Amino acid sequence: MSVVSTPTTLKPADLAIDNQEVRRIRNDFPILSQQVNDRELVYLDSGATSQNPLSVIEAEQEFYEQRNAAVHRGAHTLAVAATDVYEDARETVARFVGAASNEIVWTANATEGLNLLTYSFSNASAGRGGEPARRFALNPGDEIVVTELEHHANLIPWQELAFRTGAVLRYIPVDDDGGLKMDEAASIINPATKIVSFTHASNVLGSITPVAELTELAHKHGALVVLDGCQSVPHMPVDVKVLDVDFLVFSGHKMLGPTGIGVLYGKAELLDSMPPFLTGGSMITKVTMDGAEYLPSPTRFEAGTQQVSQAAALAVAVNYLVETGMERVADWEAQLGQRLVSGLQQINGISVLGPPAGIERIGLAAFDVDGVHAHDVGQFLDDRGIAVRVGHHCAQPLHRRLGLTASTRASTYLYNTTDDVDFLLEAVAGVRPFFGVK
Amino acid sequence: MSAELQQLYQQIILDHSKSRHGEGLKEAAEGTVAGQSHQYNPTCGDEITLRVIRNGDTIAAVSWEGDGCSISMAAASVLTDMVGDGLSQTELLGLIDNFREVLRSRGTVEADEEVLGDAAAFSGVSRYPARVKCAMLAWVAAEEAMLASR
Ligand SMILES: Cc1ncc(COP(=O)(O)O)c(C=O)c1O
Repeated sequence: MSVVSTPTTLKPADLAIDNQEVRRIRNDFPILSQQVNDRELVYLDSGATSQNPLSVIEAEQEFYEQRNAAVHRGAHTLAVAATDVYEDARETVARFVGAASNEIVWTANATEGLNLLTYSFSNASAGRGGEPARRFALNPGDEIVVTELEHHANLIPWQELAFRTGAVLRYIPVDDDGGLKMDEAASIINPATKIVSFTHASNVLGSITPVAELTELAHKHGALVVLDGCQSVPHMPVDVKVLDVDFLVFSGHKMLGPTGIGVLYGKAELLDSMPPFLTGGSMITKVTMDGAEYLPSPTRFEAGTQQVSQAAALAVAVNYLVETGMERVADWEAQLGQRLVSGLQQINGISVLGPPAGIERIGLAAFDVDGVHAHDVGQFLDDRGIAVRVGHHCAQPLHRRLGLTASTRASTYLYNTTDDVDFLLEAVAGVRPFFGVK
Repeated sequence: MSAELQQLYQQIILDHSKSRHGEGLKEAAEGTVAGQSHQYNPTCGDEITLRVIRNGDTIAAVSWEGDGCSISMAAASVLTDMVGDGLSQTELLGLIDNFREVLRSRGTVEADEEVLGDAAAFSGVSRYPARVKCAMLAWVAAEEAMLASR
């Protein structure tokens, strides 16, 4: 596996997480103690959005109570305080993924990060950014490669970029278990390939992709590598320098942070030669009525008044994860993931999408219930206070490939106990009997 | 299990979702006119193609093809049965309006069994706003298909 520990301080005892520790962790999350439909809430939808510890919620409030001001503008005390908070947060997030501060661009979410890239490349293709940006320009005949696993957020922006530039979008197919066909990847990625963009961990299958192999293939042909870290960065140690990807996107709300903030990492020399996507205030050096010059990265990509309270709160979320220890989080969730899959596999009429028990996965599993539509499964589970995701999870092509229109997905985080998983398994076993399916 | 869930998934709904009436698109016979509508719910992937065949002002048949949750499939099946009685166009539109009103009421409007017959079983859906679209899918398709037949 191509995942390596960031140099974080480990828990003093360096002990594995257990249910007892998770129960302590849960006390930090106010929302988890609530009742849903007169039942204890069992939250198994962190793959969609995670819950927030009180410290994160308070960080936003604290910002508005004591430091609220626009950043990088004005010389008054509050403006300086707000700018400090904003830039310290960038530093914290940079350290978390092994990057330098100027390589971290704030976005609204991962989706915006991917759109930023595709529109910047589009602008480069139209000649913007001059000579240094030529390496990002796409022309008819150039190729962009994604995989059949992708979330729509890492598919549609590339489709659109291909339409705009005349480039060809190709994809690495999956086999019946949802594994990437790596033998085909070796020929799909070729000298015409300019960009290879893929997910680190599948939001449907829970599987982890061979980042090192794909990155090596791409770089061999001079292509840029974009990694969708939405389902990896929150759940395992990720170091961009070790992975050697050129860009990485992830979302704050999936890693204990607030909504409205996400991250685009890019190698400094790349970001500094890319033309901007959104333009306007705060991203310029000199403006005349005829044109403008732009600041270097990351400010070049942060036009307009920024999401400062969210950045502050995301830094608190990151510190929460660092203090818990990402290795420990990853180990615990791997355990929950295996328990989930091996339990589901034993229930009559349930088929798990993706790799079977015993194969590496994050703490997430999607499944099909024979004879019962996912929407009905979700309704039945909600009645027991269990929150899961139903539908295509923004991955229609993958579902179609697996012969489904929808599935049910349970996804865990560091605040889930093995009891949560067992409770789900017990409830899932009751679905087909309830709907009278034999 | 809660009373609301029992109310939502009444036996009649579960039965219709398994043995579906009207499934399989029918061809219009000589002298009749047909209209068709396709409805899709992108959030859950429920999908239906429904055809209304009209003989003058009388609805002669409803037939459909689809894939979706038990609520959406049962609602299509129940609709087929109700129309089998040879409703007029105005009667069908009235029925659809009534059904929609009950479903959108969040439980405040009682279903009149005299009017809605088996479709009254869907009144439990009104407490689950996210499921109203499921129940309405075939009914909206019928409304559009009938207009398309004109
Ligand atoms: C793998 C993956 N990529 C991209 C996204 C999009 O994230 P967001 O909606 O926060 O932009 C998600 C989350 O839904 C995801 O799971």
